[in-house]
Amino acid sequence: MAYNWQPSADIATIKRRAQYLADVRRFFAERDVLEVETPILSQAAPTAPYMDSFTSDFIPFGSSSRQTYYLHTSPEFAMKRLLAANIGSIYQIARVFRNGEQGRLHAPEFTMLEWYRPELSLNQLMDEVNQLVQQVFGLNKISRLSYRGVFEFYLKINVFTCTDEQIKQCALTRIDGLPSDLELDRDGWLELLLSHVIEPRLAAMNLPVFIYDFPASQAQLAKIKKDEASNDVADRFELYMGGVEIANGYNELLNANELLQRFSDNNEQRQQQAMPKMPIDYHLLAAMESGMPVCSGVALGFDRIIMLALNKQEIRTVQCFAFNHA
Amino acid sequence: MANFSTSEFKSGLKIMLDGDPCNIIENEFVKPGKGQAFNRVKFRNLKTGRVNERTFKSNESAEGADVIEMELEYSYTDGEFWHFMDPTTYEQYAADANAIAECKNWLKEQYVYTVTLWDGSPLVVSAPNFVNLIVAETDPGLKGDTSGGGGKPATLETGAVVRVPLFIEIGELLRVDTRSGEYVERAKV
Repeated sequence: MAYNWQPSADIATIKRRAQYLADVRRFFAERDVLEVETPILSQAAPTAPYMDSFTSDFIPFGSSSRQTYYLHTSPEFAMKRLLAANIGSIYQIARVFRNGEQGRLHAPEFTMLEWYRPELSLNQLMDEVNQLVQQVFGLNKISRLSYRGVFEFYLKINVFTCTDEQIKQCALTRIDGLPSDLELDRDGWLELLLSHVIEPRLAAMNLPVFIYDFPASQAQLAKIKKDEASNDVADRFELYMGGVEIANGYNELLNANELLQRFSDNNEQRQQQAMPKMPIDYHLLAAMESGMPVCSGVALGFDRIIMLALNKQEIRTVQCFAFNHA
Repeated sequence: MANFSTSEFKSGLKIMLDGDPCNIIENEFVKPGKGQAFNRVKFRNLKTGRVNERTFKSNESAEGADVIEMELEYSYTDGEFWHFMDPTTYEQYAADANAIAECKNWLKEQYVYTVTLWDGSPLVVSAPNFVNLIVAETDPGLKGDTSGGGGKPATLETGAVVRVPLFIEIGELLRVDTRSGEYVERAKV
């Protein structure tokens, strides 16, 4: 068999990628944000129900015992422990790993640019993302729309007041080719509408946008607050550009008890779906217990933003070697 | 027939959807950061020829369709069926009007056609890109005109009507592009 040993990115792209890395480092150096490196292998893992970690076994020499380590899906937990130690603003350019995710826009191994800013509000962090996107990657200015607003504008539904059944019917009407027996929970239908209807429309309008104030049930690791209509919303944003999800930012949850509750709820949901429970990160919980500063943080898909900057259609063409040739 | 999971859906894979054999054109993996994974699949229904989209949960699968393509020689029609033959095994296959709809105007005995078989029966018959056919009927040729400027309709032996240059005569053999339905040149006999 003839092996295709050639890079999946062309050399010009690999050179541009190196330049973007240098420019990102300069962007943060100018703002006194410290670059850090945290472990890739961890004894704990995220509990999110639709996030699958790779594992690897540690076997001490001379021993037959095995200890499972999880490859991080983002450097979030370790970076938050640094924040609790009062390190100040930090960023990381990390290789991260997500099992099962492979497609035009997904690679099981990819690069995440993640940063935390104790002195910035979530709004100010959106400003900083906007600056990065324009200055380093030469992309267009980003608008801001609330989650409620995009659903009202594109789908004419109020995501906070309509029933689960109305959301489901909206999805079945708006999306061609959904199996009639498809069973999803409320957030599942909302995600489907966002990815199948709203994202393509935003792309068609060529509108880079921060979507903020998600339903509280999609808080992930963000704080929950009230919006101007007194709905419970998650204080987080997602950045969509060219129909692609680029970044995810939080006003970080600081309450250790609430975090433990969310981890436990996730594990319960995993168990219901016959997925393995994940080991909860008690180091993170202990750090939060001791006190983490008020903080905004964001994770940005580095490969995807390079795709947009260089007008590439497939993630494999901005990585030196695609996963199936690695 | 084997089952295929969504991660195995590749362009060209034939699967069964709603009881019809379909050919996958495109398969896009869709997954919001922490949300559920789906596959958005574009496919052609091989019975109707229509292109549709379908969303699968990423842990779903579909049954493979027993669809193969064969090069078969057209033999004859009995009015209801069009009969094709495998030139190596002499095995016969009968295609109905639906299956030959696309290439009805280009069917000529002893020519070889690509026949898509589903569970052993012809589903679609496709004409080769070029066929050579005899002019059955056209206005008398215009002597001396070799420019190809202008043109006239000509009915070929299969019933197809194509636009030909003025100098073409009844009985001539023409090379025709079946994709555009256009005259290409006089064929060498």
